Amino acid sequence: MQDFYSKGSEYFFHLTRLSLTRQHALSWARAPAACLNFNCMLILLPVCRNLLSFLRGTIQCCSRTAARQLDRNLTFHKLVAYMIAFHTAVHIGAHLFNFEFFMDAQLDRNSSLLPFILSEIGTGDNASFLNPIRTNETSPTIVMFTTIAGLTGVVITLALILIITSSMEVIRRSYFEVFWYTHHLFVIFFIGLVFHGFGRIVRGQTAASLKTNRPDVCADQFEDWGNNGSECAVPEFAGNPPMTWKWVVGPMILYVCERLVRLYRSHQKVVITKVVMHPSKTLELQMKRKGFHMEVGQYVFIQCPSVSRLEWHPFTLTSAPEEDYFSAHIRIVGDWTQALYEACGGDKTEPQEAWKLPKLAIDGPFGTASEDVFRYEVVMLVGAGIGVTPFASILKSVWYKRIQNNQDVFTKKIYFYWLCPETQAFEWFADLLQSLEGQMAEKGVTDFLSYNIYLTRWKETEAAHFRVHHEAENDPITGLKQKTLYGKPNWDNEFTHIASKHPGTKVGVFLCGPPQLGKSLEKQSLSHTEGDVKFIFNKENF
Amino acid sequence: MGKIEWAMWANEQALASGLILLTGGIVGVAGQFRGWPFAAYIISAAGVFVCLLEYPRSKRAKGTSVERTGQYCFTVCVKSFGPLTRNYYVRAFLHAAICVPGGFMLATVLGCVCLGIASLIYLAAAIRGEHWEPVLPQKETTRKTDPVSVRNPPEMPPPRPPPEVRRKRVDDLEGAAYDNPIPVSDK
Repeated sequence: MQDFYSKGSEYFFHLTRLSLTRQHALSWARAPAACLNFNCMLILLPVCRNLLSFLRGTIQCCSRTAARQLDRNLTFHKLVAYMIAFHTAVHIGAHLFNFEFFMDAQLDRNSSLLPFILSEIGTGDNASFLNPIRTNETSPTIVMFTTIAGLTGVVITLALILIITSSMEVIRRSYFEVFWYTHHLFVIFFIGLVFHGFGRIVRGQTAASLKTNRPDVCADQFEDWGNNGSECAVPEFAGNPPMTWKWVVGPMILYVCERLVRLYRSHQKVVITKVVMHPSKTLELQMKRKGFHMEVGQYVFIQCPSVSRLEWHPFTLTSAPEEDYFSAHIRIVGDWTQALYEACGGDKTEPQEAWKLPKLAIDGPFGTASEDVFRYEVVMLVGAGIGVTPFASILKSVWYKRIQNNQDVFTKKIYFYWLCPETQAFEWFADLLQSLEGQMAEKGVTDFLSYNIYLTRWKETEAAHFRVHHEAENDPITGLKQKTLYGKPNWDNEFTHIASKHPGTKVGVFLCGPPQLGKSLEKQSLSHTEGDVKFIFNKENF
Repeated sequence: MGKIEWAMWANEQALASGLILLTGGIVGVAGQFRGWPFAAYIISAAGVFVCLLEYPRSKRAKGTSVERTGQYCFTVCVKSFGPLTRNYYVRAFLHAAICVPGGFMLATVLGCVCLGIASLIYLAAAIRGEHWEPVLPQKETTRKTDPVSVRNPPEMPPPRPPPEVRRKRVDDLEGAAYDNPIPVSDK
């Protein structure tokens, strides 16, 4: 930086001479500003869901690995946000020093000091000045609130701080609404950011002036500037044009388009064809919308205007693409889901009339890693609790493709693991597995799907019941032929077993569940990827 | 906006403001800005005080409370002030008072405004009747869970005979029975 802003540069006077102590505070402010331009450009891109889905679709044909990186968009968004926070801090710190130096230059009114001489330039016409602080009867705080740059700076920093504090994990997980609404302060942030440079407060020597007053020669002869016989004229300065808008205007337009697409989709009519209440506080909604097309394991955002006009919540689709409706299983955990449950007549005992059902809006579908399932010859699907929902879609699709249409699917073997803490959660999924089991037995393809259900918690009385009925044909909990297993799976054994049965293949490992499980599966995948067997880990995320 | 506990957000905001005040004060001292001895010292002290006060998270009225790392000793200190720290009106006015000196020096203006906002959110929390509860480990009573599910997850799976015996022996149901080594009781 010091080499760049050397003698002969238009910033020479600004940087090295306007500050009494000759610190490079301006460089320290402009460097993070440049980084901020770049980061603010990037931050909007990972949250353009529709754009990412479109990109994912187009990249799929070229490189599956590249497409999978798009699943980590939220992590990227957060990283860029941390960078913005960091650079803002450095930028503000540097400007604090700058303001002090500029103020000092005005206050030490001594003609033998270069900073004072420089500050006096342009006092008459207020055009060619260098020091943004124009008089000595002010203070840095007042200057900050009376310049465009200062005022916008304060506003956008406040917006940034509010956004950050409401995005803390504790707030986000407990009160999503606060996080979501406060996050919209980013609109103020971007508007302020674009106007931040409009005051042209950073000034450099004009090109014309550089010819008549060369800094490397004239810097030390400042007492003679403009005098007869001197080869140095008085330097003239002009403000820099604002640059930030060039960086952020593209992503801003893309984001506006994204919101327009979401708005358009939300106005398309969605009809609820069936509402099913499942035992473990799970609500199933079967819906139809004209022109809706989905792939396995995708998710949609659902909005219910009668519950809340501004909230959109993501839910995985549990139906297969081959069905004529699409469905989502919604667990009732918070205000919005509870209100939706009541709006759909969940608390009433008699069935609701179709016209009484609430109007819904759907945005999506959006793709996630589960779309890749059929690209692997062997797959391991692991779902914990309600995390099994994307796999419901996959299994149903498998059933339709393989059994009904007799299509030749690339996937030859599926290992399915479902970890569940309570028995009631089994019901709606158990029905699906039962019908799959029956169909497979009929067609004689029983070894295509191997599923393992793990009950991770139970009571003593239940345990007694299991013990007595262990000889029974069907499992006492699920009614399936495959017995329920207890406790947690021994992943090491499972991976070793699969590796030995399928040498020389790429095994896809798909998880929808808690992060700790993800970490251990990722570790296992890496450690068992040896020889010719490769375990490739994919995580579902929202 | 549902059942939000505003105090949780106010707490995050106030802690962030404390850190910003502290940083601003340090920059002021390091840069030897005008007025630095008085302002920077006051601001740093205020920043430190706010951070210490806000570090321990309150126990939530509903739901699980997530503690900050090592907050127990701070909880004890803050708890000892009794109603002064328990009541959010006091906190709101305290923060409003602390933030005022920050407005006099450029380096700490940002901290001042942020703390002012935190004070407003605390006021909202106080109006809604929230108060600060210490998170104490020994007071963790058994949470009211659904009466059907278990209280303590079992450590071992229910005993099952080895697979050879488990295989269905329809011809010899008498011989397939066995005695349980572990007694079954209803807790």
